[in-house]
Amino acid sequence: MRFDASDEQRQLGVTTRRFLESTVPVSGLRLLGEKNPAGFDRDWWRRAADLGWASLLVPETLGGSGAPGAGLASLADLAIVAEEYGRGVAPGPLLPASVAAWTLAQAEQSENVGAALDAIGAGEAVWAWVRGEGGDPWPQSPPSVRAVPAGNALSLTGTAGAVESGADADRLLVAVCLGDDVAHLAVPAELAGLERRRVSSLDLVRRHADLHFDGAVVPRTAVVIGVDRGRALLERQGHIANVVQCAEMVGAASRSFAMTLAYATERYSFGRPLASYQELKHRFADMKLWLEASEAAVEAAVAAVAADAPEAAARVSTAKLYVGRAAADVVQDCIQIHGGIGVTWEHDLHLYLRRVTTGRQLMGTPAEHTEHLASLLGL
Amino acid sequence: MEQHTEPFRRRLRQWLPDHMPREDGPPRTGSARDPARHRELQRRLFDGGFAGLTYPAAYGGQGLTAEFQEVFNQEAAGYELPTLCNVTLGILGPTIVDFGTEEQKLRHIPAILRGDEMWVQLLSEPAGGSDLAGCITRAVRDGDVWVLNGSKIWSTNAHISDFALCLARSNWSLPKHRGLTMFIVALHQPGLDIEPITQANGDAEFCQEFITDLAIGAADTLGAENAGWEVVSRLLYHERNLAGAASPYTYGLVAEGTPVAPTAPELAEVARAAGTAHNNRVRALVAEAHALDAIQEQLVERIGTGIALGTLQATSGSLLRLFEITKVLFCSNASVDIARSEVVVWPEGTAGSLGGQFLMRQSAALAGGSIEMQRNIIAERVLGLPREHAPDVGVPFDSVPHNAPSTRR
Repeated sequence: MRFDASDEQRQLGVTTRRFLESTVPVSGLRLLGEKNPAGFDRDWWRRAADLGWASLLVPETLGGSGAPGAGLASLADLAIVAEEYGRGVAPGPLLPASVAAWTLAQAEQSENVGAALDAIGAGEAVWAWVRGEGGDPWPQSPPSVRAVPAGNALSLTGTAGAVESGADADRLLVAVCLGDDVAHLAVPAELAGLERRRVSSLDLVRRHADLHFDGAVVPRTAVVIGVDRGRALLERQGHIANVVQCAEMVGAASRSFAMTLAYATERYSFGRPLASYQELKHRFADMKLWLEASEAAVEAAVAAVAADAPEAAARVSTAKLYVGRAAADVVQDCIQIHGGIGVTWEHDLHLYLRRVTTGRQLMGTPAEHTEHLASLLGL
Repeated sequence: MEQHTEPFRRRLRQWLPDHMPREDGPPRTGSARDPARHRELQRRLFDGGFAGLTYPAAYGGQGLTAEFQEVFNQEAAGYELPTLCNVTLGILGPTIVDFGTEEQKLRHIPAILRGDEMWVQLLSEPAGGSDLAGCITRAVRDGDVWVLNGSKIWSTNAHISDFALCLARSNWSLPKHRGLTMFIVALHQPGLDIEPITQANGDAEFCQEFITDLAIGAADTLGAENAGWEVVSRLLYHERNLAGAASPYTYGLVAEGTPVAPTAPELAEVARAAGTAHNNRVRALVAEAHALDAIQEQLVERIGTGIALGTLQATSGSLLRLFEITKVLFCSNASVDIARSEVVVWPEGTAGSLGGQFLMRQSAALAGGSIEMQRNIIAERVLGLPREHAPDVGVPFDSVPHNAPSTRR
């Protein structure tokens, strides 16, 4: 969070943290992941949505909890919630809900779209964002699902990998290639010709599925964003998603750091606190810098994306290439400083490492975003 | 006081073309800068009402906020600026504003802003290394004068400067931090010999000073007798800001001192010149260097905001310094990865800058407080981790073991 965050933003952070700590404490996540294949409880998500989380990017005029207007003024607020999400390695489809809600808010408004927005905002409907992983490198890769006109309908073919909540969603927001363009469709999750295959996920409570479309037919009315705006919107979705993900990684790494700082201060070795050894102090100093620089990278990306600035793409890739590596490095170093207990199932640190690694690898790895930044710079 | 930067920006856009020369190449740095030229450039700023933008108006400054300095630096890109005065403007001047008597401020600050006085700091000692408070330059009071004896080192550009703030031990029976006094010293006078030090790359920007029975008037202390450490702490705060690219007092966008690594845009040039620009590993290195630049810009703002709001302690400036060091080390390593044989062989009669820079790489992590000191400060004073055991704290300094004073080489 920015040091000059408003009182309301601070309050949002505190409220989010308290809710997560009391309803989905980190100590209960292993069991939650074991008992619930979706990784989260529907009733719990409805309560979370009551706090406005799922519709932060939807303006109040459309029933959301975000700032007025079509802009992304509330992206900073969503980043605050995401940071708390990381701090608590929280379950729940915050990212797909946010992307889907924002996209629907950009669509031509109708009764159906309005109802869909209400259902996301209330946590009644769970949406997955089907963009596709595992094909060409992010963030320039085209959607991995192709739509082909078939009379008054569209036929969808292709595989979208690693779709968050893909097996558990009620509705899907699908980015498709349509001819040489891109469009976005809102479709039911149960479709003839669509197989949703649950995959194993590193994160214990954030679950993914591979979606195989094999001639699934949807009506033309499923198109919520047409080819005129499809490609530009795809890029902005990617920006929003990466900002949310980077903020979450910062939160997870910050919490690991705080836990480790406390541990090293309390734990004695050779008659001294661990934290009194200069070697460890210097590593804490480096980690502190990586965390502050990561926060700064997220701040810059949030500001650029919210303002739809020309440098938004560069700022997002800058954040992802830096935070993706720094967050994982921080958590790994925290494990090292904890010693053997750090690599046990019992200790919470692996939950944080699972979360930051998941963020690091999806929607463009640091290497892919470095490559993208090089292209943007004309190198 | 002006509130809005836009009228200022417009005024500046009118003024700059008529009053400041255009750079004919990349901004000169280090010893490539002519002191007389830079004093003259500073004088032009002063005459135009653009010197000391963030200095108090009472002492000849403009009394503006840091935002105005940013605007100036944006608008003045491509113009020749008195960057050689930045140590004076960014470190010594603000320290004098913070601790000087009214008389001292009136005497020195306007002269600094006019370009008439260039200042250096005489803190480090040959026997001391990073341990500034272990200062053993001796100050003995004799009536209305102090008499100083000892040696100082690593003073940048002392040979071309006029005045110095010089730290000396005024009381040996007090604990180490409490027996120090800061003196205002005119550099060119009997009792003070200044010798440039030749660096590994052949340049000479640093000096060593030999102080022999140097007499200083009793009124020429900055801050009170034995309160020198307080002054040093503040001076180092200003220095960290300068070194961390966060000083609100300095002109131009180039770093102080001779750069020891190419910047991100320069790395792209190095790659083109070396014919490696299409190598993916090289492209990634250049992109990462740009990313570090962009993050640094926001980090400076973030930490600055935190310090200004009191959320962060002033020592958090060490984070900026550490970031700058790691960025320079990254760019240095990237430059030799990107370039090839031209690092070590180059046509006669041309500058072989990459190899020379690489020889001086570690000075980025030494000058202005070593990287280890920055990490100590962050660990102990930002994160509050336990201090190292220090046998020299809280006991009379004359009972503390220390190195022998250095003798002239």
